Amino acid sequence: MLSINDLRASIEGKEILKGINLEVKPGEVHAIMGPNGSGKSTLASVLAGREEYEVTGGNVVFDGKEILEMAPEERAAEGIFLAFQYPVEIPGVTTINFLKTAVNEIRKYKGEAPLDAAQFLKMVREKAKLVSMNDSLLKRALNEGFSGGEKKRNEIFQMAVLEPKLAILDETDSGLDIDALRIVAEGVNSLRSPERSTIVVTHYQRLLDYIVPDYVHVLYKGRIVKSGPKELALELEEKGYDWIKAEVEAVG
Amino acid sequence: MSTETIDLKTRLITDFHAREAVMNGEASSEFHQKKRAGLALFEQLGFPTIKHEEWKYSNVRDLISVSYDFNAESSIGLAELEDLKVPKQEANILYFVNGRYKAELSTIISPVEKITISALSEAYKNDPVKVASYFNELTKDANDAFTALNTAFTQDGVFIHIPDNQSVEHPIILRFVSDAREQNVGSQPRNIISVGKNAHVKLAEAFRTLGDQRSFTNSVTEIHVAEEANVQYYKVQNESENAYHVGTTQVRMLDGSHFYAGTVTLNGKFTRNNLNIVLDGEHCDAHMYGLYFPDGSQHVDNHTVADHQKPNSESNELYKGILRDKSKGVFNGKIFVRPDAQKTNAFQSCKNIVLSPDATMNTKPQLEIFADDVKCSHGTTTGQIDEEALFYMRSRGISQSEAMSLLMFAFCADVVQQIKIDSVREYLENVITQKLASK
Ligand SMILES: Nc1ncnc2c1ncn2[C@@H]1O[C@H](COP(=O)(O)OP(=O)(O)OP(=O)(O)O)[C@@H](O)[C@H]1O
Ligand SMILES: [Mg+2]
Repeated sequence: MLSINDLRASIEGKEILKGINLEVKPGEVHAIMGPNGSGKSTLASVLAGREEYEVTGGNVVFDGKEILEMAPEERAAEGIFLAFQYPVEIPGVTTINFLKTAVNEIRKYKGEAPLDAAQFLKMVREKAKLVSMNDSLLKRALNEGFSGGEKKRNEIFQMAVLEPKLAILDETDSGLDIDALRIVAEGVNSLRSPERSTIVVTHYQRLLDYIVPDYVHVLYKGRIVKSGPKELALELEEKGYDWIKAEVEAVG
Repeated sequence: MSTETIDLKTRLITDFHAREAVMNGEASSEFHQKKRAGLALFEQLGFPTIKHEEWKYSNVRDLISVSYDFNAESSIGLAELEDLKVPKQEANILYFVNGRYKAELSTIISPVEKITISALSEAYKNDPVKVASYFNELTKDANDAFTALNTAFTQDGVFIHIPDNQSVEHPIILRFVSDAREQNVGSQPRNIISVGKNAHVKLAEAFRTLGDQRSFTNSVTEIHVAEEANVQYYKVQNESENAYHVGTTQVRMLDGSHFYAGTVTLNGKFTRNNLNIVLDGEHCDAHMYGLYFPDGSQHVDNHTVADHQKPNSESNELYKGILRDKSKGVFNGKIFVRPDAQKTNAFQSCKNIVLSPDATMNTKPQLEIFADDVKCSHGTTTGQIDEEALFYMRSRGISQSEAMSLLMFAFCADVVQQIKIDSVREYLENVITQKLASK
């Protein structure tokens, strides 16, 4: 499904991703952990197509297609979804109108007829229920004045509406209270299927208690320096990153 | 100087004297004396150059480089006028062709006890003393060449009166059409609107051009807002690529009155709008909203004045623009707080999105405050489209162009929502959507 090969990216001449390799197969959940500033959000952004980052090497194949030359909207239409670590506030555009435009633009890309207002509303209501998203939030300007938790929930709600093949969740758990964390995780799990894959970027085991990963990777200084089964996350929670950093320094 | 190149100023002055020479006793009337004073002022001031402080960024050289027929006849009929695609609404529709009010084309549905509408000349015939006293009353101190020119050459606009305590439910829509299909046309309508105490009314002035010869509109509208009255006034310009427009709206508000203005410039080669509001009463509130979308080599200049003369009043202003290509925008917002005007609240904001490196926006807030117990604030921003927002939308599958249109439409939305005449707002929404989608 997703194959990242020796991906390098820099911003303002500073190399941030220094050769990332990652294989995600259909239906798998991969957790990416790692200290602050190691490049997790950069990786997520590069996959979603943020243009500020300059890709300096490597390639990314998604569903058999090279995606690095694709515009962000094409990648979205192909089925990549990024839940932002810091969702953007957009005054004057309601969440509902925004999503309707997104859904129909993606349908257009796929050669499908647009959903009419009634079909769209019905679908949106169901998905809103899935993540206990309050109706009143849908009518408000996108993320404007939303609480931190509401913004994160809105990301997962959008994911539920767009039904991507690959969801990249960048610290969706941060800022969520305990109940919201469970609701959001249940929302993510309810979308899991043998065809859909998920990359979960997180600092904490508690999200992984709900969204159980098949693999855990540690990103450090722009490289994946350790990969392992779900137990690796528990080990990190217990011991922190120092032992991994030490291992990396020892190898040089 | 050959006869070919006699400049517009000389031509206009000569024309005035020629017409005066064939007048009978009317030449000595108060009305004509005001016109003559207008001419004298125009003669003294001449057309402004960019050396003039108020015209620093707006060069009228191009505007005055050709001549215009100010008396052009037009055969245009109602069918063609109605074809100008404005959403239907039950309203009083007044048509003006080349600056002249056309009663026979207009439809007035509000009852006479609520509103009287007549051509300025008619009104003058019926009540010369009253109409002459209203004429140029609010603009008499304007030291402005275009206003003076309009005074001298005033064409037959309308006189609208709303008696005290009347609430006019149907809006009054003034549609100005320049018929520039055959030749360069000039028009100089003057409208006088008097809104009685505690009367309520919604008005719109809409400017269109037919044909692609040049049009030059020099309009002046004087609005008297009596105590406790509530007036909504909108000006919408959707003229041709060859349309030059200079317009002044002069407003005087008395105690406890409310005035809302919305000025939207959709299209036109050169546009200068002066909106001058004198808050000559206590507990008044004046609201000014503006929007402009110049592209190509278009030029849009909004000059506004909120002149607080009495205590306890409020003015509130928001102008927004989206500039493309090589267009130019100018915003100059003056707030005066006179020594008596304690406890004034005055707010002003001008926000712009500049989409091209060749487009420019000049903003100049100008606060002159002579009272000490006041709250005033102003701010201007000029920026590009928000890249973060753009990426966020694109990452959800929305194309770059669609995301841009959505963001720009959202940017305009708070001004558009202020337009409280449904058909006008819907019209704006349609045209703006098309405009924003077009590139
Ligand atoms: N736009 C930018 N300009 C300059 N430096 C940047 C930019 N974006 C990211 N960086 C740098 O790249 C490095 C990686 O940042 P990134 O946001 O990917 O880290 P992260 O692993 O997501 O960290 P966190 O756990 O704190 O979210 C950091 O040193 C950051 O300062
Ligand atoms: Mg991050």
